Amino acid sequence: MSGLEDLYREIILDHYRTPRNRGELETPPATKVDGHNPLCGDEISVYLMVEDAENGDDAVVTDIKIDGQGCSISQSSASMMSNAVIGKRVGDVRAVTRRFKSLMGIEDVGLEPGDEAVDLEDLEALQGVVKFPVRIKCAVLGWNTLSSALDQALSE
Amino acid sequence: MLSTDAVRKEFPLLAERMIDDARVVYLDSGNTAQKPRRVIDAMTEFMETTYAPINRSSYRLAGEATDAYEGGRKAIARFINAPSADEVIFTKNASEALNLVAMAWGRTNLAAGDVVVLTEMEHHANIVPWQMLAQERGIEIRWIGLTDDGQLDLSNLDELLDGAKVLAFTAMSNVLGTLPPTQLLCAAAHAVDALAVVDACQYVPHNVTDVQAWDADLVAFSSHKMCGPTGIGMLWGKMELLDAMPPFLGGGNMIDTVTFDGFTTAPVPAKFEAGTPPIVEAVGLTAAVEFLEELGMANVRQHEMALSRYALDTLNARFGDDITIYGPDNVEVRGGVFSFAFRDLHPHDVSQVLDESNVCVRAGHHCAKPLMLTLGVNATTRASVYLYNDEADIDALADGLDGATDIFGL
Repeated sequence: MSGLEDLYREIILDHYRTPRNRGELETPPATKVDGHNPLCGDEISVYLMVEDAENGDDAVVTDIKIDGQGCSISQSSASMMSNAVIGKRVGDVRAVTRRFKSLMGIEDVGLEPGDEAVDLEDLEALQGVVKFPVRIKCAVLGWNTLSSALDQALSE
Repeated sequence: MLSTDAVRKEFPLLAERMIDDARVVYLDSGNTAQKPRRVIDAMTEFMETTYAPINRSSYRLAGEATDAYEGGRKAIARFINAPSADEVIFTKNASEALNLVAMAWGRTNLAAGDVVVLTEMEHHANIVPWQMLAQERGIEIRWIGLTDDGQLDLSNLDELLDGAKVLAFTAMSNVLGTLPPTQLLCAAAHAVDALAVVDACQYVPHNVTDVQAWDADLVAFSSHKMCGPTGIGMLWGKMELLDAMPPFLGGGNMIDTVTFDGFTTAPVPAKFEAGTPPIVEAVGLTAAVEFLEELGMANVRQHEMALSRYALDTLNARFGDDITIYGPDNVEVRGGVFSFAFRDLHPHDVSQVLDESNVCVRAGHHCAKPLMLTLGVNATTRASVYLYNDEADIDALADGLDGATDIFGL
């Protein structure tokens, strides 16, 4: 089962069994966006608290909560994502999003100079997903939902 | 039981395809069935020797092609005991057939407030077209519910059917394997002058089908689930109904005459077959029907009943409370479709692990999201058997589930 060892690394299973930042935030003032993967039934809700929204890329993600149910890949990716973005400025959140999607082999991500240097930390563990193309949608579900939530929070 | 070793040899993919030096354990026939060599060869040979337009041209080759295509219609009529081959309409797939019913019959006969009765276990193909009619013209949809073991709850059937114009239901659930009492339901519909529409996609490939014994009005099913090619589906209907319906798709072949001012329609079945039909596919389908007739559908059903009993007993014995198999335990009222929850693993992860042992199952909502709501789950893992599966395949499924326990450290 060596192929699956690449996919189900210990850190992924840890985030799946004990997902971080689970729960809800009161909306408003927080923003909530729902995402789902129609192929397999993964569901995710991202609650986002952004301060100084008028500052665009310099606004800060002060809180994030993840709710929903789904497979180990979608849930662990969302959990790791929540750790990676909390307390960060929006510009940096967008950069780590692009870097992660690029790791997942997604084309036309719109990588900007400096993106390659972004440290993915725990998220590196998900690089095994590219060997299982059907699961890429699972890994990026939370990130796509996050991007929508950011767009919404900044426009409100 | 069927001699599955001999049967499997008829299927090139199952006999020859290896992944990591191991054979494919295909437990996803509920989704689509594998193809026997004779179906593949029939289509290739047709394209090599007899391919020509049908119903259009007057040279000998075209006559041969037309006979081959119409031969498919006759084969299907025989297979389902239809009174006439003219009552068999070829579509692209069963979903299109059900859309044909909802749009061609529905738009003519249903108005705001009219009632259509469905069941909570329907496939989206037998839900969404009716919901489109609800959006378009305000028809009311009622739902037959389920019992605890996944059969239809008929305790309030009379109430649901009161004033109904249509009863549309599946003859075999693609999630639970449940076999509802089709004949009884058709009679119940007729008792209130409602139309009886049957989604027989899962049923026809796995059982002896007799549309006259059912006394159904319209029955939809498809080729690819019964060892035929993709791209061709079937709608059988009573001639007087089909005669009275307006056409569905417009174009060539379905007309009698066209002027600058309008058109008149061709008789049934041509009325419902616009454009170039799936000619090559009809030839493949004929070969599939002949293949199944040689095996004998009663034998296929017996084989699957025994295999279902083995699957239910094996999985329950090996995993006990760790597995929840939905649907009835009584194999007299269920086919070989098994949706299950395994510990608290997500179906997507279960199917991933099973894939490592080349065991192919489906994970998801199986195009039955309302049923998922009734079951209280987002998704299930589903294994489904067919005439080329045997006890070794079920054992492989069980062994694979053991593997899931290892990986997730449960």
